[in-house]
Amino acid sequence: MAERVNTNVTYIRPARGWININLRDLWLYRELVYFLTWRDIKVRYKQAVLGIGWAIFQPVLSMVIFTVIFNRFLGVKPDAGIPNEFYPIFGFAALLPWQFFQGALQRASISLVTNANLLTKVYFPRLIIPLSAVAAGLVDFFFSFIVLAAMMIYFGVPFTSRLLWLPLFLLLALLAALAVGLWLSALNVQYRDVQHMVPFLLTAWMYASPVVYSAEVITVSPFWQAVYALNPMVGVIQGFRWALFGTNPPGLSMLVSAGVVLVLFVSGLFYFRRMERIFADMI
Amino acid sequence: MSDIAIRANHLGKQYRLGALYEQRYRTLRESLGSLFRRDERKSHETIWALRDVSFEVKQGQVLGVIGRNGAGKSTLLKLLSRVTEPTEGEAEIHGRVGSLLEVGTGFHPELTGRENIFLNGAILGMRRTEIERKFDEIVAFAEVEQFIDTPVKRYSSGMYLRLAFAVAAHLEPEILVVDEVLAVGDAEFQRKCLGKMGDVAREGRTVLFVSHNMSAILRLTEETLVIEKGRLALRAPTPQAVDYYLSRGFAREGERIWEADEVPAASLPFRPLAVRLRNPRGEVVNSIRSAEANTIEVEYCLDAPITGLRVGIYLMSMRGETIFTSFDTDDPQVFEQMAVRPAGHYLSRCTLPADLLNEGRFVIGINASSYRVRRYFQDEQALTFSVDITGAPGTQWPETRLGAVRPRLEWTIEAV
Repeated sequence: MAERVNTNVTYIRPARGWININLRDLWLYRELVYFLTWRDIKVRYKQAVLGIGWAIFQPVLSMVIFTVIFNRFLGVKPDAGIPNEFYPIFGFAALLPWQFFQGALQRASISLVTNANLLTKVYFPRLIIPLSAVAAGLVDFFFSFIVLAAMMIYFGVPFTSRLLWLPLFLLLALLAALAVGLWLSALNVQYRDVQHMVPFLLTAWMYASPVVYSAEVITVSPFWQAVYALNPMVGVIQGFRWALFGTNPPGLSMLVSAGVVLVLFVSGLFYFRRMERIFADMI
Repeated sequence: MSDIAIRANHLGKQYRLGALYEQRYRTLRESLGSLFRRDERKSHETIWALRDVSFEVKQGQVLGVIGRNGAGKSTLLKLLSRVTEPTEGEAEIHGRVGSLLEVGTGFHPELTGRENIFLNGAILGMRRTEIERKFDEIVAFAEVEQFIDTPVKRYSSGMYLRLAFAVAAHLEPEILVVDEVLAVGDAEFQRKCLGKMGDVAREGRTVLFVSHNMSAILRLTEETLVIEKGRLALRAPTPQAVDYYLSRGFAREGERIWEADEVPAASLPFRPLAVRLRNPRGEVVNSIRSAEANTIEVEYCLDAPITGLRVGIYLMSMRGETIFTSFDTDDPQVFEQMAVRPAGHYLSRCTLPADLLNEGRFVIGINASSYRVRRYFQDEQALTFSVDITGAPGTQWPETRLGAVRPRLEWTIEAV
């Protein structure tokens, strides 16, 4: 693969072995991340009457459905120490990072294939495509975060300094989506089965994460809690709930989740870079 | 510091046939299946789209690249613009490469003209400040001022194309790679594009220009690469390279035959079979005598009746200037009789009268169309031939006469 040795000369030669990540090119093309992200957002809400309002309605509607079904009908309780009437905001605190993760992963996994016309025509660091697919979810996140703040006021949840941790947990969710997105998008170039599998994967993943229920249901032992946290969204969601309600601080599970994300991210990056050279020929 | 812009060293690109044709992508099941039944599927056949291509381009040089479809030109450009990577060999590129492999790459129909300029510019590698600086110039070049805030899905195809080219043309890379952009757009706009490319070259930037348009190649480039079956066949001054290219690659001299798989699906129900040049003795030849009347014949099949069909030829000079165009139904009476041409196997034949052409090489193109309805088939370089002027007027003086034609005019000389 081509690598820039200095600003002027580019060498083009067959890639051998593992390839470096080429951060320099990524930096040179940083504005493209912005433009592609902006295009994704713009196009998504074009010709929709409610426009960006969908970023608010989607999580709110999910919250209403979950509250009625899981809390009222099935009797699912929030974390110990949180009143049962708080279930809507308890659920929303999880839906916020979950819907971000879900949307980001969905877009990222098909991103290379939907941008095939770009891949076969011009050069730019291919990493930009899944990266901007993930980043496009941040705007939606921002709008639903406003809803969360409104709900906090309504339910009387105090604004504490714990909330300052939220960006870190969001970053973990973003990296998790990007890590899995790198794997799936590169696999999807070769095997279109991936895009059919993703919706099921996400449904299963949601029930494997404490979105509608409390992470306290896994109380067997610290060992099983750590196993549970191999799902990185467990750490993320626990973090969000802890920042809001102060219950159930994420300790070990946060570490395990962060570790898993790191491993997935680094391996995804290498797999992606390795497959990158055949994208234009295979897609 | 050398003054080399591009140095290619034994560049080669191998494709798996499977990956190119029947199987653009694999499904997981097939892949798993072939894991267990390895010998059932023979090892993939491979094809070298490009092999052992070495050349250098100096900074500020405008280099043409010509070759038949599938010869490997596009692969070469894809390698140099880093869209795909070589299987072997290497290349060294000095400076930013801007590629016009296809204009309008990344245009999104839902976005407005203004938004697309920024998006497309960023995809082509421009900085935002750079785009802002050139924004007005781009809009003016594309002539879309009034529609700049309209989604491009409402643009006419001409406007769309103009905008796309305008962005790409203002990219200002050190090396510009252009592939067939001029094949589209109206004549006026093509002139503008060629002008812009000329400007780029005058500013001392390097241009790699791939085209089937021989007159554009001749006008814009001084030196040209001819690619044949994935190999670099020739590098020569452009007139020589064009001559070589046009005189090569025909199945038999004086005849162009279209195999069934060469006929584009879009041309059906018209199926071209052959174009031949025959001398007065009926022999198929690639060299005729100007002093004799010769015959051009076009053989074709109609799979279904066609209304208003006209089959004809263009005669062009090597420089790409058209000398004349003629159709088999030019005569209004014949056209009326042939209002609907039934399905069948045909031979349209015309006579190239004696004392018409000057010495040199000429190109015959063919066209089959229904006026204002559809163009079924067109090949602007179906055949080339040379003209020998033995016995033509004025040959007692062994000088070169200018002009494509050499008619025998009736002169009278009177003493008054």
